[in-house]
Amino acid sequence: MKRIFIAALAATAMTATTGASADTLSTVKGKGFVQCGVGQGLPGFSSPDAQGKWQGIDVDVCRAVAAAVFGNAEKVKYTHLSAKERFTALQSGEIDILVRNTTETFTRDTGLGLDFAGINYYDGQGFMVRKDLGVQSAKELSGAAVCTNMGTTTEMNAADYFRSNGMEYKIVAFEKMDEVVAAYDAGRCDVFTTDRSGLAAQRTKLKNSADHVILPETISKEPLGPVVRHGDNRWGDIVRWSLRAMKNAEEMGVSSDNVDAMRADKRNPSRNRLLGTVGNMGEKLGLSNDWSYNIIKQVGNYGQMYDRHLGPTTTINLPRGINHLWTNGGIQYAAPIR
Amino acid sequence: MVWLRRNLFSTPFNSGLTLLTLYLLWLAIPPIVDWLFLQATWSGESRAACEPNEGACWAFIDARFNQFIYGLYPSEAQWRVDLAFILLGVLFAGFFIPGVRRSWIAVLILIPYPLVAWILFSGGSWGLEEIDTAQWGGLFLTLVIAGVGITASFPLGILLALGRRSNLLVIRSISIGFIELIRGVPLISVLFMASVMLPLFLPEGVNFDKLLRALIGISLFQAAYMAEVVRGGLQAIPKGQTEAAESLGLGYWRTMQLIILPQALKLVIPGVVNTFIALFKDTTLVLIIGMFDFLGIVQAATTDPNWLGTAVEGYVFCAAVYWLFCFSMSRYSVSIERKLDTGH
Repeated sequence: MKRIFIAALAATAMTATTGASADTLSTVKGKGFVQCGVGQGLPGFSSPDAQGKWQGIDVDVCRAVAAAVFGNAEKVKYTHLSAKERFTALQSGEIDILVRNTTETFTRDTGLGLDFAGINYYDGQGFMVRKDLGVQSAKELSGAAVCTNMGTTTEMNAADYFRSNGMEYKIVAFEKMDEVVAAYDAGRCDVFTTDRSGLAAQRTKLKNSADHVILPETISKEPLGPVVRHGDNRWGDIVRWSLRAMKNAEEMGVSSDNVDAMRADKRNPSRNRLLGTVGNMGEKLGLSNDWSYNIIKQVGNYGQMYDRHLGPTTTINLPRGINHLWTNGGIQYAAPIR
Repeated sequence: MVWLRRNLFSTPFNSGLTLLTLYLLWLAIPPIVDWLFLQATWSGESRAACEPNEGACWAFIDARFNQFIYGLYPSEAQWRVDLAFILLGVLFAGFFIPGVRRSWIAVLILIPYPLVAWILFSGGSWGLEEIDTAQWGGLFLTLVIAGVGITASFPLGILLALGRRSNLLVIRSISIGFIELIRGVPLISVLFMASVMLPLFLPEGVNFDKLLRALIGISLFQAAYMAEVVRGGLQAIPKGQTEAAESLGLGYWRTMQLIILPQALKLVIPGVVNTFIALFKDTTLVLIIGMFDFLGIVQAATTDPNWLGTAVEGYVFCAAVYWLFCFSMSRYSVSIERKLDTGH
């Protein structure tokens, strides 16, 4: 039933938007800002700071696109979407780009009239347990009571994992994340499972966060990234390459602090192309040639973005793991700008 | 002492219950007071400031208070919100000045005031900077939605109730159809339709304000409920009243205005206020269409990495504020009931 409804929704959405808004770049340039769909509050991804400015790696992707298009990372307006309305908001043209820790999947890509434009965070479901349990691996969790959110894929993934490994388990499910955390903290279950980024954020809520450990196993693939409408390839390219520019910048050691010096020093050809001092890479995207310079200058490279919102100096302190660059043992790998 | 003996220790069983209750209170109250006040942290820059203490982290409320009141409304323009609310307060104060015609004040509040308030809030003229409704939020947004919902749904509801009892078939069927259709769906789906589905069917570029859509949705929704409450009052008025009015030569509208409605509305004050209170709390549902009302902004603020783990404090604060508003409405309704009580 639900699937039929979504399919109908997608169908109406596609008929309603074909022809219209085929050229998002000119629409965006015309109105003077990027309308960006983000979450309603998820630590490290999008949350309001004390000044009411939104912060997080999802928010920063929006800012990077604005920097590329306008040379000003502040030219973004945010729409705060619930998980339910996020795709419709994109399909209807209410937003230009959706960056709301959305997992790229086959059905979303093919069935909803959407395109995924890169990955800003490779997430995956993990487990957290108390250190004094002495558990080293999720394989030792037989017989455990598992706290999780009700009716999510998280619950299904956990059930699948335990069953396929022939382990006994008991699911203790709650509606809201805060309830799950409270139950785990009160000892009503041995294991707390959700996406790893969520585990790290929720861990800071626990009474003694140092007493808990995230197990090494990742039991699902949740590649999170920005989403654009299917069919507007130029806009998709802009979003895709904005994200890649940030990763390439980190790989070349260009950061917001040294970007001006690096730009003046023209000895490295690939760096020159990245910073727009040679060639006309920006024009090919329909932008100015300093598009990626503006991103790096105003938002920073990928590593800076990560550290600012999720890194060791933040309270979340989420180990970067597979989100390291490929040169550092991770899988963040961006095609070169040439 | 006599009161104690008569009410709390009248039988051994009652004495036992009294002692048990006292024991439970003794168990419950000290930790609550401890958490709320004695062990609480009152100021600080992040949750880390609260770590050493066992109690509530009120520093979170303190640090974010402005945001909870105004949402993401730019701070240099917040005086506009203050001004609009002060203006409203002054107008209301007019009701209590003897010699001032009340109907004049009511007209002022209903017609020019909303326009002035709208211009102050959203700007764009009078040299005020334009502020997108997406930036409205917090308690301010809650009050705007509740205020508009209440003022729009009340007259609309009365009209619908009269329409439902009308002898004219077309008006009656339209009223019944509207009321039953709206009452048959949850508010959340009305909002969802207004905010998500509507734009899909509108041509590109025709995209009117999300807040406006929500306001219309909420007003229509509450009007349907209001209509049924008012209809209950209308039905309680004996037919003789209408007949007496007609025999005096009064027409339909004058009969309603002078005879029926004053009596009917007085009867249904509790029901009407009940609907208002429900509406006030229903405003929190606008979060699902991406607007941060009071509860929404508090929830969002608890996801700031600097303040993770302050959800309980946030919810307690919200509960206190909502209770304060709803309780005031309820007391106000009691005082109106007393004032209008003519003793039959």
